[in-house]
Amino acid sequence: MSLTPVIAQGGGFVRDRTGESSCVSENGFCPDWIWDNLDRYVTPTWEHLYLTVISVGLGFAIAVALGLLAHRRRWLVGPITWVTSVLYTIPSPAAFLLLLPLTGRGNVTAIVALTAYTQVIIFRNVVNGLANVPADAVDAATGMGMAPTQRLFRVEVPLAMPEILAGLRIAAATTVGLAAFAFLAGAGGLGKQIAAQITFRSNVVVAGGLATLMAAGLDLLVLGFQRAVTPWQRAAS
Amino acid sequence: MQDPSERSTAEPLEFREVTKRYPGSAEPAVDGLSLEVPAGEICVLVGPSGCGKTTAMRMVNRMIDITSGDILLGGRSVRERKPEELRRHIGYVIQQVGLFPHRTVGENVATVPGLLGWDKARIAARVDELLDLVGLDPHVMRDRYPAQLSGGQRQRIGVARALAVDPPVMLMDEPFGAIDPINRERLQNEFLRLQAELRKTIVFVTHDIDEAIKMGDRIAVMQVGGRLAQYAPPAELLMAPASEFVEDFVGADRALKRLALQRVRDIDLWSVATCRVGEPTAAVRERLTEADLDIPLLVDDRQRPVGWLSDRALLGERAREELRSRADPIVELDDILRDALSDLLASESLYGPVVDADGRTVGVLSIQVISHAIGSAPAEVPGATELAASEAAAHAEAGAEAEAQAAAEADDE
Repeated sequence: MSLTPVIAQGGGFVRDRTGESSCVSENGFCPDWIWDNLDRYVTPTWEHLYLTVISVGLGFAIAVALGLLAHRRRWLVGPITWVTSVLYTIPSPAAFLLLLPLTGRGNVTAIVALTAYTQVIIFRNVVNGLANVPADAVDAATGMGMAPTQRLFRVEVPLAMPEILAGLRIAAATTVGLAAFAFLAGAGGLGKQIAAQITFRSNVVVAGGLATLMAAGLDLLVLGFQRAVTPWQRAAS
Repeated sequence: MQDPSERSTAEPLEFREVTKRYPGSAEPAVDGLSLEVPAGEICVLVGPSGCGKTTAMRMVNRMIDITSGDILLGGRSVRERKPEELRRHIGYVIQQVGLFPHRTVGENVATVPGLLGWDKARIAARVDELLDLVGLDPHVMRDRYPAQLSGGQRQRIGVARALAVDPPVMLMDEPFGAIDPINRERLQNEFLRLQAELRKTIVFVTHDIDEAIKMGDRIAVMQVGGRLAQYAPPAELLMAPASEFVEDFVGADRALKRLALQRVRDIDLWSVATCRVGEPTAAVRERLTEADLDIPLLVDDRQRPVGWLSDRALLGERAREELRSRADPIVELDDILRDALSDLLASESLYGPVVDADGRTVGVLSIQVISHAIGSAPAEVPGATELAASEAAAHAEAGAEAEAQAAAEADDE
């Protein structure tokens, strides 16, 4: 009986089932097996985290830069929103495969695609966040003699921070999910682990669970950062 | 903490044929505005919406560019100064206050000193000094965020922030517009007290003529199209509106509004015959013939008014305590004439004793005295108000005796 999926040929491993318990041979949820095989997930988890953090970090930097640019040149908001939205609508497996001829197999392809997916979310939150800064605070900042750049970094960006970081949280969670397809570009990650034994429940639960934990962990991390940098948000009487 | 040598003095401000035209609109927003604000005075720009008052104000610190003409600050054109540098030396207060929600009260107040690169110790000392100045406890307030303050506290912080580097000029755009009426009155009074001390040159924008009259040393009434309709001190504006527009704008009750500009001590009061219990009645009668009011006022041994004596009180050798009515209301010399009149009306009296700060009787304020005060202008002015003024004066003289009599009769009932 051949369970090996075609995609696993890209570097996945085939489980040797000889001598395993009946739970394993029945593809069940087997705590013993999980405990004995946890080390198999270390590398994929690190790969997954690496792809996510690099892509979200890069995506955040690019989207914030685009957002600040579009804040000063309002006419750019429409075109940038349009382009990033189009990128977002490309089905992710297709994106990884489409990029292969351009960037080759490996992390670069995965990171390019994942970064592109973060753009629409973060960009929109940056632009909306800056637009939602109270007009009177901006007027007061200008009236007291802040130069445009001083005003941007001392008043507008800090006040847009909750919305910008909300975008970052969504982008991080989304990217953890999308990175599960990064193995299609040959970048490994937990998705590769899942695909290698997609019918083995224990494997899917562990790999899927690790991805979920990662998403939750990153979310908490950003949330913690947000609370640390916006103490004023909790000061409402 | 502040070194007196660096305390800037107020500077005069001059609008010279200032015009603002927005591209694509036929009418200018401000049309050839010329006016001078002497150093240390409050100039109120007032008018209906669309009259260009805010635009005029915002051209002073170049938040809006001047199309033609010039604005001189301390004799120097604002056009030749870098906008940021200019603004840092002009206090700026707006209706919504515009405190930075992400910064503490202390950090908000420290904004401009920070921009000017003051050192930390100097900023900290100045912040505490300013919070004290606007009546807030630095230790309690310094580390709060704006969201934790009431509207009135926010407004005070806004003023403190604008005063941070002791600018010679302040711009205030409807600063009390978003405050409820009771607190607005309090903040206005507080600000006037502050201004009496600081003596800044202030451009104050409002759409409320009553606020303009209260706050302004001079009032510039503007009309739609950005034209200056009249520029005058409040009393003159009320006495002699320059046009029908101004007359309408200041309101049909402008004679009453003038009462808000005078205090009881500013006008000629009636004299009164005071009397203590047990005093010889002959002496009291003697005094009565010299007094403006023919009803004796019973006072205690510290000359504080007690009540109006009835005729029977003086029938014997010595004055007895027989009152026709209590001394109500009692008016103070420092009361605003409008408030004093209101007190008289509220207690259905035609007159009331006036006391000084120690409570001692100094005279009598009557409705006739007030109407005479309305009639006799601080500035001699012909024209629109002449009729009302002469009418009031004639009424006061001719009717005084009859009315005093009527009042006495009314009180007897």
